[in-house]
Amino acid sequence: MGLTAVLKKKTKFFTIDVELSCPDGQTLALIGPSGSGKTTIIRMLAGLVTPDEGRIVYRDRLFFDSARGVNLPPQKRKLGYVFQDYSLFPHLTLYGNAAFAARDRGEVDALMGFFGLAELRDRKPHQVSGGERQRCAVCQALARNPQLLLLDEPFSALDVVTRRILRNGLKKIMGKRTCPMVYVTHDVTEALFIGNTVLPIVAGSVDQEWMERITAPAAGMDAGAKAARATRLALAY
Amino acid sequence: MDLLPLYLSAKLAAIATVILIGLAAPLAWWLTNGAWPGKSFVEALFNLPIALPPTVIGFYLLFVLGPRGSVGRAWETLFGGPLLFTFTGIVVASIFYSLPFAVQPIKASFERIDPRLKESAYVLGLSPAATFFRVIIPNSLSGIAAAAILVFLHTMGAFGVVLMVGGSIAGETRVASIAIYEAVESMQYEKAWTLSLAFIPIGYGFLLLVNRLTRK
Repeated sequence: MGLTAVLKKKTKFFTIDVELSCPDGQTLALIGPSGSGKTTIIRMLAGLVTPDEGRIVYRDRLFFDSARGVNLPPQKRKLGYVFQDYSLFPHLTLYGNAAFAARDRGEVDALMGFFGLAELRDRKPHQVSGGERQRCAVCQALARNPQLLLLDEPFSALDVVTRRILRNGLKKIMGKRTCPMVYVTHDVTEALFIGNTVLPIVAGSVDQEWMERITAPAAGMDAGAKAARATRLALAY
Repeated sequence: MDLLPLYLSAKLAAIATVILIGLAAPLAWWLTNGAWPGKSFVEALFNLPIALPPTVIGFYLLFVLGPRGSVGRAWETLFGGPLLFTFTGIVVASIFYSLPFAVQPIKASFERIDPRLKESAYVLGLSPAATFFRVIIPNSLSGIAAAAILVFLHTMGAFGVVLMVGGSIAGETRVASIAIYEAVESMQYEKAWTLSLAFIPIGYGFLLLVNRLTRK
């Protein structure tokens, strides 16, 4: 169950060639330096970029299959997608944005309350801070009750404190959801904090050496040990 | 004082502008999106009226809209009357003549929209048509309004095309620009002055509005 994907795509500098899977209710964190192909991978999952070859399956639904000529458009994948930087609709208020594709207005209100946006519901995106815009983008993605949630470095442009608050909030809310989440980041600590599985991507492929370090036993580690491991991994990178 | 030509000009410009914006917005969106074979040829064809003298456009339209032309014949079959030398005829001619003047500013306005907004709408489940109406149009309103004003003024001042297709029938096709020309020809300078002076505040006011709408 969940999401499985085999993706191949030739880019200008390298060929993306990855296999990934993410069970329902879990988070897959894709980590890697800028330009390693992480965003292209998540865009392929969304249907915004077409792979040259491969197959994307969510539960029993085929999103993409090059062999069978199947390629569902993004509209039919029922996604929540949070872009790297703000892509809210400038003509709508924060509430209008959050409720844009939502069916349940009560859910929108609850999400806006949870992310501390209730007071700002009537403001336009240009009237609020970057952190508030990104919180709204997360609300917008979650409010449509997606079957797959994709986040592309959603908090990378924010300061450290705001970023920590938002990822804590996201993790808390995702604990109650059953959809898989794919989270792209270049921050090792963030990837280890948010991801049940972490997939290091370098030049379009999974970096095996990195993979071995990351998949080292983590069970039973306390918060301090996890932080120390994150620092070691970051330094090793 | 005979202000009928001025009224006809304003009526012609208003009707043509409404139709032109309705046609130009989807056309501009079609031209903005993607690269397809022959796109530059199609775009150049739509822009041809910018490069041709109005009398040349009027000359071609005289034949196309005439009883033996394809559009004129189809019109007569459908509605039982001619297009040439009628008010409807000059509306149709003005649409052909002013189409690129509507398409270009709207296209420029669409091109300024962040492409991520379109992607954002798609991943939220909106079809391309719904994206156009719910995201693209609301974020291009100032550009569309500016295009509407420019087209309105352009049609208000049309002379060569209107004269060729509509002639000068009082109350039907004798718009202000033609009435001014005829007044000068017959040395009725006072009449020419009155009509000409009316264009200054209209043009100036609308251009101020365009500046306001297109200012960042």
